[in-house]
Formats: sequence, structure tokens, C-alpha cells
Amino acid sequence: MMTAEEIEKTLRTAFPGAQIVVEDLAGDGDHFACEVVSDVFRGLSRVKQHKLVYDAFGDRVGTELHALAVKTRAPE
Amino acid sequence: MNDAVFQTIQALVDKNPVMLFMKGDKQFPQCGFSARVVQILSHIGVEFETENVLENPAIRQGIKDFSQWPTIPQLYVKGEFIGGCDIVTDMYQSGELESLLVEKGLLKSEG
Repeated sequence: MMTAEEIEKTLRTAFPGAQIVVEDLAGDGDHFACEVVSDVFRGLSRVKQHKLVYDAFGDRVGTELHALAVKTRAPE
Repeated sequence: MNDAVFQTIQALVDKNPVMLFMKGDKQFPQCGFSARVVQILSHIGVEFETENVLENPAIRQGIKDFSQWPTIPQLYVKGEFIGGCDIVTDMYQSGELESLLVEKGLLKSEG
């Protein structure tokens, strides 16, 4: 099971310089939400943006990382 | 993923204009994210078909290869992968989901 810190660290490594917020949704350490604001997403479809986030976790999505609600956008 | 699974998925996606691969079914969704998408589609009032991936492990894995998307639920409209729970929720809140369905002739517009 990943912790909020591990999720944030993974995102920081994958998206250097991005604004990142990680939230433990249910307080049960199992359902997390994250928001990533990065230039990398500019001009990409939502599906492509979210894929980049999932790729950062590799095959841990759906295994160690059971539920991660993802919000992404490019900075205004 | 072997061909048979691929063809099964392709057939489901082609045959059903609004196709939702989910955990559980409309009456008994087995996961919060799947339940939310069912709620959104039911609220919009669009016809949609579901496939319970919990009953078919081959499709549960196959669908992730099919769309290169690692999680369930997955929503398809006219054969195109739209997204998972987050994207469907975002699109619903912005009205984009309804306009997409109207544009594809799957929903009568409110106006």
C-alpha cells in the first residue's frame, strides 16, 4: 500500500517543477486524490494527461495503488 | 491479450454506442468509481450497456491493454475511449459529456 508521501514523491520525480497536491480521501490510506499542475499537460487531451500520471506509477496502479483520483491541468 | 478477447471487446464497443466496462452491474456496482459513472449516465438519461469485468478476468485485463488505460471503469462512446471515473465526472460537471452525447445523436438536447 502506498502512502501519501510515496505518491507525492513519485509525482515530483515524474513532474519536476509541477504544483502537486495529494489528499487521502477517506482517511483510510487506500483512496487518494491528486492534482498535478504542469506545463507538460499543455495541449494534451484529458486522457493523455491522466495517462502520463498513471505511467509515473507503472504497474503499481491497480495493485499497490488501489484508488487514485486524478486531476490535471496546465498552469493558466 | 489473445485475439478472442480482443474481438469480444471490439464487438461490445462497436455494438453498444455507450459501453461501460465496470466492476459489478447497474443494479449492484461493486466499486465506488464504477457506481459514480453509472449514476452520471443514469442521471443524464442516456441508454448504456455494461460489462461486469469481475465476471470475466480475461476482459478485466484485456480492456486495460485495449485502451492502454490501467484502471476500471472505462467508458466508450461510439467505439471511442472517453476515460475513467475522473474524466467522466469532469466532463459531466462541465457539460461536455452531455454535449458529446447530443453531438453523437445518442441524447436529445434539452434546448
